[in-house]
Amino acid sequence: MIEIEGITKRYDETTVVDDVSMVIEPRTIAVIVGTSGSGKTTLLRMINRLVEPTAGIIKLDGKDNRSLPGYELRRSIGYAIQGHGLFPHRTVAQNIATVPVLLGWDKARIKARVDELMTLYQLDPEAYGPRYPHELSGGQQQRVGVARALAAEPNVLLMDEPFGALDPIIRNKAQEDLLAIQKRFGTTIILVTHDMEEAVHMGDKIAVMDAGKLVQYAKPAEILAKPASAFVETLVGASEKPFRLLSLGRVSDAVEKGTAEGEAIPGDASQRDALAELLWSGRPALPVKGEDGKPLGRVTVDGLVKRAARPA
Amino acid sequence: MTIRFDKLGVVIAAIAAYAALVAPFATFRANRIVPGEARSVLEALPTAVGPLLLAIVIVGALIALLKTPLVLRLAASVVALIALAILIGIAGSFLTPAGNTFARISPASGFWLLIFAFTLLLADVLTRLNLSPWARVGVLVVAALAIGLLLISGQWNSLSILKEYANRADSFWAEGSKHVTLALGSLAAAVIVGLPLGILCHRVEKLRAGVLNVLNIIQTIPSIALFGLLIAPLGWVAAHVPGAAALGIRGIGTAPAFVALFLYSLLPVVANTVVGLAGVPRAANDAARGMGMTDRQRLFGVEFPLAFPVILTGIRIVLVQNIGLATIAALIGGGGFGVFVFQGVGQTAMDLVLLGAVPTVALAFAAAIILDAVIEMTATKRRVETA
Ligand SMILES: Nc1ncnc2c1ncn2[C@@H]1O[C@H](COP(=O)(O)OP(=O)(O)O)[C@@H](O)[C@H]1O
Ligand SMILES: [Mg+2]
Repeated sequence: MIEIEGITKRYDETTVVDDVSMVIEPRTIAVIVGTSGSGKTTLLRMINRLVEPTAGIIKLDGKDNRSLPGYELRRSIGYAIQGHGLFPHRTVAQNIATVPVLLGWDKARIKARVDELMTLYQLDPEAYGPRYPHELSGGQQQRVGVARALAAEPNVLLMDEPFGALDPIIRNKAQEDLLAIQKRFGTTIILVTHDMEEAVHMGDKIAVMDAGKLVQYAKPAEILAKPASAFVETLVGASEKPFRLLSLGRVSDAVEKGTAEGEAIPGDASQRDALAELLWSGRPALPVKGEDGKPLGRVTVDGLVKRAARPA
Repeated sequence: MTIRFDKLGVVIAAIAAYAALVAPFATFRANRIVPGEARSVLEALPTAVGPLLLAIVIVGALIALLKTPLVLRLAASVVALIALAILIGIAGSFLTPAGNTFARISPASGFWLLIFAFTLLLADVLTRLNLSPWARVGVLVVAALAIGLLLISGQWNSLSILKEYANRADSFWAEGSKHVTLALGSLAAAVIVGLPLGILCHRVEKLRAGVLNVLNIIQTIPSIALFGLLIAPLGWVAAHVPGAAALGIRGIGTAPAFVALFLYSLLPVVANTVVGLAGVPRAANDAARGMGMTDRQRLFGVEFPLAFPVILTGIRIVLVQNIGLATIAALIGGGGFGVFVFQGVGQTAMDLVLLGAVPTVALAFAAAIILDAVIEMTATKRRVETA
């Protein structure tokens, strides 16, 4: 659990983060969204004390984050910086091993962990371990950056616009990978982005920041349904709202009884994808199949349109 | 078929033609200080050999002039250089009257121009071949071995510069080792002091401008003036600090030369350290802190390795500069190859000047090639991302 209490950061006269309080539950993803310059990065960096707050307290599992020296605190918190920030003079394997080496793990344990993470991220340790970052594609570099942040099995992972530089297809994949890994390790993740779509897709809760202030901190559905201010409303994008709402739900939650013609859509696809497929193919209904391939029922245009309406 | 000319080749061919046909190949002097008489290629070499050299030069110049394959150009330059190196020795013994120990034969402008022309061709070929750093060092070693072999074989013994050497063999090596010690020692001292100073300047912004300005000013003081400026304080230290004199510290001699070279070396080392550290990608520094490195771990683990190629460039500048500047040390009794240069100037004995100058140039040249290769090796392995 991360408790942020009345955190403020001032540079000279400008207040960059203004009295922000929020609680991030363990094993959840909190996404911080806001326009550029709204103080997202500064807020994130106060959690691992790359930036020292002017006022306020941050507690990790009940302990003030100032009870340890900064560098020790940072070794216990994963940090994936914007871009990827890989060390250009170190190989992929050495990059991933950074924190375990700082923590003094023994060699065998480090190697096992590096291999595990690389395999998890579909990078063959034999082939990619000895390469240098500049020999990787953008998507691969990004994955190595996240693998490095996860290397010492941190309970908390801070990510600053980790997918910003990726093209849409690779970004989708990276987001799915991260969700899977979060589930698997139960990591508490705080992710900064300026992309509302990403926030809705990834976040258990979304924190909207504007000019240093936290203007709304709520579940995605609530942000979409009841934006706290005109600013949040614009950020959500009025015309996008119904689709964003649909993207929160899985097809399996919208299944109706009955059958339909044509190729079946998997139950864990998003409702938004299902609606898009229905509209595009001009059909009123699609069959739905479970993970085992067995038919679950069908989704209909009418059913989905009802779900896209503003919640009561 | 159209004939196509190589741009650089035109220059090389022109120089080679002038050097071989118009300029003198060797100079003959009755003794070491009288003015010399010029000897052309045909006059300086035995009957059949002169035309042979001319033929080699003409063919080589034609190969350089036209657009020809690199291998052919490489062969032409190497053959021409080897022929010149061997034949200048033959000219030496051919022109020396039997039993005469006073006569001096030295290479003349034509010889030097031919060497220049074909070295240019060779350098151009090597550049175009885009050799790896190791290969370049390999070429250097081969060239050094070839020259060493010619020296040991006695092939050049009849040339004036080697006669000067023969008269001073002992002091040549003594001054040579002084020269190298002076150049390398002051470099080492500059690195030991300059690296921490550079790191300090990088971390403490307020210091940076001040330190770099002072070092810049030192750099602009002419070397002789700097020696002069050092005489008084070092003399004072020698007289007043117990034990200083015993360590060899004096107003004149090796100590002021060492201090002057050290002072000149500081600017490139400090400036390149500062520039190198400033060039470390922000993201890498940020990541290092974010991963939980302490300042020391970040310095040695990230900043330093990434700045290393730039720092090495500074060290290369210093080494080449020091090898040259160490020549001046002789003026204040600091020793080194400069001893021969200044003695030669005093006696108007050009050969003696060359005995000091040629090894100095060769050392500087070799140091530049070796350090360039090292820089390239470290830079390619640790290539800095551009993102
Ligand atoms: N070290 C600093 N000194 C002064 N101003 C800063 C510093 N770091 C950030 N700022 C300012 O704080 C504001 C918020 O920055 P940041 O947290 O990076 O925003 P975001 O990540 O939301 O784009 C910006 O206006 C930025 O210029
Ligand atoms: Mg930011």
